[in-house]
Amino acid sequence: MAALVPSSPSASRRRPILLVLVAVLGAVLVLAPSAMADAFTPDSGGSPNADDIDTLYKIVLYVAIPIFLLVEGMLIWALIKFRHRRGGPEPAQIRGNTPLEMGWTAGAVLILVVLAVTTFLYLGDIKNPPASGPDGLAQGVQVASIDQPRPPGSGGKTLDITVNGQQFLWRFEYPGKDRIFSYHDLVVPTDTTVVLKITASDVQHSWWIPKLGGKMDAVPGHTNETWFKVSKPGTYKGQCAELCGSGHADMRAQVIAVSPNDYEAFLERQGRDIETAQEGLAKQRKAGEGPVGE
Amino acid sequence: MATKDYAADQSTRPQLRAPEIVMHGLKERPGGWLGWLTTTDHKRIGIMYLVATFIFFILGGVEALLIRLQLAVPDGTLVTPETYNGLVSMHGTTMVFLFIVPVLAGFGNYFVPLMIGARDMAFPRLNALSFWLLVFGGIAFYASLFWEPPMAGWTSYAPLSDDAFLPSGGVDAWIFLIHLTGLSSIVGAINFVATIHNMRAKGMGWGRMPLFIWTILTYSYLLIAALPAVAAAVTMLLTDRHFGTDFFDPTGGGDPLLWQHLFWFFGHPEVYIMILPAFGIISEILPVFARKPIFGYRAIAAATVAIAFLGLLVWAHHMFTTPTATVVLVFFMLSSFLIAVPTGIKIFNWIATLWRGSILMKTPLYFAAALPALFVIGGISGVMLAVFPVDWYLHDTYFVVAHLHYVLFGGSVFGIFAGIYYWFPKMTGRMMSEGLGKTSFWIMFVGFNLTFLVQHSAGLSGMPRRIYDYPEDAGWWGYNLASTIGSFMLGIGVLLTVINVIKSIKSGQRAGNDPWKGNTLEWFTSSPPPENNFDVVPRVRSVEPMKDIRREVQRGSEPAGTVAQPVASGT
Repeated sequence: MAALVPSSPSASRRRPILLVLVAVLGAVLVLAPSAMADAFTPDSGGSPNADDIDTLYKIVLYVAIPIFLLVEGMLIWALIKFRHRRGGPEPAQIRGNTPLEMGWTAGAVLILVVLAVTTFLYLGDIKNPPASGPDGLAQGVQVASIDQPRPPGSGGKTLDITVNGQQFLWRFEYPGKDRIFSYHDLVVPTDTTVVLKITASDVQHSWWIPKLGGKMDAVPGHTNETWFKVSKPGTYKGQCAELCGSGHADMRAQVIAVSPNDYEAFLERQGRDIETAQEGLAKQRKAGEGPVGE
Repeated sequence: MATKDYAADQSTRPQLRAPEIVMHGLKERPGGWLGWLTTTDHKRIGIMYLVATFIFFILGGVEALLIRLQLAVPDGTLVTPETYNGLVSMHGTTMVFLFIVPVLAGFGNYFVPLMIGARDMAFPRLNALSFWLLVFGGIAFYASLFWEPPMAGWTSYAPLSDDAFLPSGGVDAWIFLIHLTGLSSIVGAINFVATIHNMRAKGMGWGRMPLFIWTILTYSYLLIAALPAVAAAVTMLLTDRHFGTDFFDPTGGGDPLLWQHLFWFFGHPEVYIMILPAFGIISEILPVFARKPIFGYRAIAAATVAIAFLGLLVWAHHMFTTPTATVVLVFFMLSSFLIAVPTGIKIFNWIATLWRGSILMKTPLYFAAALPALFVIGGISGVMLAVFPVDWYLHDTYFVVAHLHYVLFGGSVFGIFAGIYYWFPKMTGRMMSEGLGKTSFWIMFVGFNLTFLVQHSAGLSGMPRRIYDYPEDAGWWGYNLASTIGSFMLGIGVLLTVINVIKSIKSGQRAGNDPWKGNTLEWFTSSPPPENNFDVVPRVRSVEPMKDIRREVQRGSEPAGTVAQPVASGT
């Protein structure tokens, strides 16, 4: 390239500054992922599918960075190097260069093929729920809703929970004959593959806990599906991601992962609470105070 | 420097030639404001388009600044959630339907006839109708401010937009806006198609048509292809809301996903409708200021058509998180990838145009060169979003907000500003201030990046779109504060250009016919052009007819060193 470039005193004065700029930018981009990973990459660490999404994102990002630097570098270089100079020669009237144009077209196609293949390599692990781990709950008595057919390849050992988006709350229905439910807090056992059946009963919502994988829309009249498998107990926060009305910003949810024993204890406690509440409701109705909205 | 570049004084222009045809029975045109109201002159309509859309741009910008103020700190209390949802809906709708799409129609109106050497548009009265439909659409929409604005976002997803959830008239006002501006755009598009196909100067074959004309033609065909889908969708929404149908209501057997498909079948081509003419504008500007022909004319024209075609096949990449079969997601990922190829071709062609040129660093070039610099970021984040498992994370977050603003502001709006600085001398006969222009550019450029670069990070750390507040412990405060500061810089930058325009109309330096040594026919006539545009239309022999004319004049009796002026222009 240098041979093509008529060098001039002002240009050579600028070159060190430009080099420093490029070096600083490069250093920021190289060091940043370790220093402030969260600013440049997705949250992850709760569930294997979230980790895979994070990895796939990083691969795409690392492919993108050199392209970005190449384009911006060439553009800035051209704008500095090829400025009009008084008395300079008339620029060559080049109208195109077929091999060059074919070259960058082929290059672009090649990069996209690489990205597509990479996506297919990770797709299975992100999309398909694995079987629950050895300590997980799904093998136990609670194995739950066998009434729904499993997608092929999932191993069949999962815990299915129904998620229902409503203005402006999330409602969770746990498997089992007791029809236990909860709002806002979804309690799940660790080491268990939890498959979420997501729907909505009024407008569209979108289920999203960033550290537990991608979001899935909750659409009235449809059932959408995603999954997660939490290995260590903890609380994972998220919120509705589809504009659903005035309370959209406050439509939050959290997944509380507990040990399988604690999970069963939770179900029992929740079942008792619901029963007590319903009895109270029935009494109120009898007393003629009218129905109380759910 | 460079007042010499601004070429000839008006007084040296050749004298007006006697008219060859005398017209009878013509009524005198009304003057003053009535003249503007009743005009069918494409140049006046073009100017009215530009002024009206810029008023909407300012309104949409004020809405954006209110949004940014509300989000500047956690738990913001400046506006209520309802008002916030109204602001979000108004901002998006205004910028898309009342600014970017029609402002490009404004440039098209003014410059298509001039660039192809025509007297006017094919259907001048239809042209006026287009403009007035746009104005009425805008009024119908903004009138909702006095009752209740729409609050379902610019996408008005059903069932939220249904009467059960938003019974007020705001969504209806939005529907009427889509109908009126849609009609305006379709009528305008048919007009552009008829004009470009039939009224080009002698010798201007398809291979000699300016690239801006290629993009306006493509823009028009895309509008004709895409608008009927949204027209149908909003009509169905209207009957759902008021006449008891259930197209989008699952309780009556309808399907909310139908709305998304119909809306995005229009909505994605709309993105290319908004960006392609901006590509066209800078494809005109870069070669003029690099003093070099456009690199790969055929490739750029072909890429324009390819983008438009592929743009009709990618709509469901807005729906990656809906309940949809994986094979469908794969198709839309691959089709979205494909679009990156012609777009990449354009970016490389623009850089190659600048490469080894002799670049004049004037304000139009600053804005034009910023387009590829910023658009490439939006393009790369677009490819990231097309990887649908990654989109499952990024969808509906601020990453998407950043992406779309890099495409539509970094791309379209910087292109539009380039067009304003480039063509202002032709439209008014005066130059805009270079100093004010460059100041405006740098403030806009820095402000824009400060506003939207950090929004990528906000999205990556989990901040969804369209939330009216966020808690302090979410960790999004820093990004949002930076973004708000940037947005006000951006606002100041835009304001400086508005001031520049207003000042320069009265007191700008006289421009002469061809201040930039342009390549295309609009520079052949006087500035501003006379009502009939051209007395004589030269035969077009290449894609750069003005270069040919200047060369011819130089070869003739003109003394060396003076700037060539067309011999046959008049007022």
